Amino acid sequence: MSNYLETKFNDIRFKNPVIPASGTFGFGREYEAFYDLAKLGGLCSKGLTLEPKSGNTGMRLWETPAGLMNSIGLENPGIDAFIENEWPHLKAIDTVTIVNVGGKDEDSYLTAIEKLNAIDAQLIELNISCPNVKAGGMAYGIKAETAGEITRKVVEISRHPIMVKLSPNGEAVADIARACEAAGAQGISLINTLQGMAIDYKKKKVVFDNLYAGLSGPAVKPIALRMTHQVCQAVKIPVMAMGGISDWKDALEFIMAGATCIQIGTINFNNPMAPLEIIDGLEAYCIHEGLANIGEVRGIV
Amino acid sequence: MAVILSNSLVSAGIFKMTVAFTGDVKPGQFFMLRAWDKDPLLSRPISVHNYEAGQLTFLYQVVGKGTEILARLQVDDEVTIQGPYGNGFPEITGDLCVVGGGIGTAPLYYLLRHYRDQNPTGKCRVYLGFRDIDYGVEAFAALADEVVLDVGGIITDKLSVIPSETVVTCGPEIMMAAVASAVPTENTVYVSLEAHMACGIGACLGCTCETRSGNKKVCKDGPVFLREEVFNV
Repeated sequence: MSNYLETKFNDIRFKNPVIPASGTFGFGREYEAFYDLAKLGGLCSKGLTLEPKSGNTGMRLWETPAGLMNSIGLENPGIDAFIENEWPHLKAIDTVTIVNVGGKDEDSYLTAIEKLNAIDAQLIELNISCPNVKAGGMAYGIKAETAGEITRKVVEISRHPIMVKLSPNGEAVADIARACEAAGAQGISLINTLQGMAIDYKKKKVVFDNLYAGLSGPAVKPIALRMTHQVCQAVKIPVMAMGGISDWKDALEFIMAGATCIQIGTINFNNPMAPLEIIDGLEAYCIHEGLANIGEVRGIV
Repeated sequence: MAVILSNSLVSAGIFKMTVAFTGDVKPGQFFMLRAWDKDPLLSRPISVHNYEAGQLTFLYQVVGKGTEILARLQVDDEVTIQGPYGNGFPEITGDLCVVGGGIGTAPLYYLLRHYRDQNPTGKCRVYLGFRDIDYGVEAFAALADEVVLDVGGIITDKLSVIPSETVVTCGPEIMMAAVASAVPTENTVYVSLEAHMACGIGACLGCTCETRSGNKKVCKDGPVFLREEVFNV
């Protein structure tokens, strides 16, 4: 087994830098029919909240040119049920495990983080950027000050390293990333979905009950790439980048922009094999270019 | 990838595509179809209209960009199909009554064919409703004991079931709701739902529907549900 793709995210060793993005991969079970999940660099849980959430009512998906809007609203079984039912399965997979946590207020974030102290995940992805929930969610993530505050409080009580998932919908993303770094975050992930809107002209109504929704998919890639570059220039902590990555060439661009790892989201719906194809493509690139490790091209632009 | 054996216009905006496929396919299941790269982004969930001797048939309505591309495919072209997905209809013993509306009639044909194979002496009746033009009625008539057709009206106005019948319905939600409330509670009624879905395998949570026992995924827990699970009866 070669080490072309082995990647260190701080002191966490990833066998490759490719991780399916939260919310596009459930808790992994659905994709086990397609391939061995241990081939992935890591697994990231569906966004969890302290209490179970049934998610948003009404239409939840709307396709756009090369994109997808969603308004799922963090439907999830809650932290307790996750720890009891999903975590044993997830942790048994031989790869890095990341738990994604959202919240509606400070208490719910902190209580959820405390509960997760009971398990041995390698990384927590702190979701302060979900555009699809009314309370909390993105509210913390659109200002550097509040993003820093919640990050500091979470970092204080968590025994896990904290990677903060940033929103593209707020203040300058590099400022928010710096605030999170100063507050003790050990990594940044970005971007969450871009807030958008859809109107059904035939029905003369907005499509989503929640009015606005999150846009993802190939359509958002240039924006995600720009923000990844800005954040990588702004902070020293490692960055896990995502936003419209659909093949190994896209993944490589994000690594060249400075990302340590990359997450694969919406394209999983189009092609369940996409993460594996991206891993294979990156490895073939290393061989073709004579690289000993993909890290040699990281941040070269 | 599957090779297209035929793909032709059946009625205004309605196409029938047959592809080569080998595997187990239950009536009521669906496949995710795609013949494009990233635009449109998603595959299209299309129910199985028939499966027989290595030939898998989809009856589909052209409603947008994806189905327009599917409709243009020619014999020997390839289409990506993933599946079969979904629970499908349960095995039905006793008598059967199916109620289909528009393109919702598509999965009911395979159900009827399968039922006939399993229950050569069972009685089955079919109600078919269409808004403008009917299609596929002869195929149902060849298998059913009785076909009631309605074009332009309300098919459920003509519906009367007998106690021995299990009822299966697929079509516009308003029609299925009418079936759910019209059929006596003594009869078992199955409904096959339709929803926008991204993955088809239960990961995206885009097709969630509310049921009596909490949220369910139309793609994975359905698309077939007992009527009391999803409609107020």
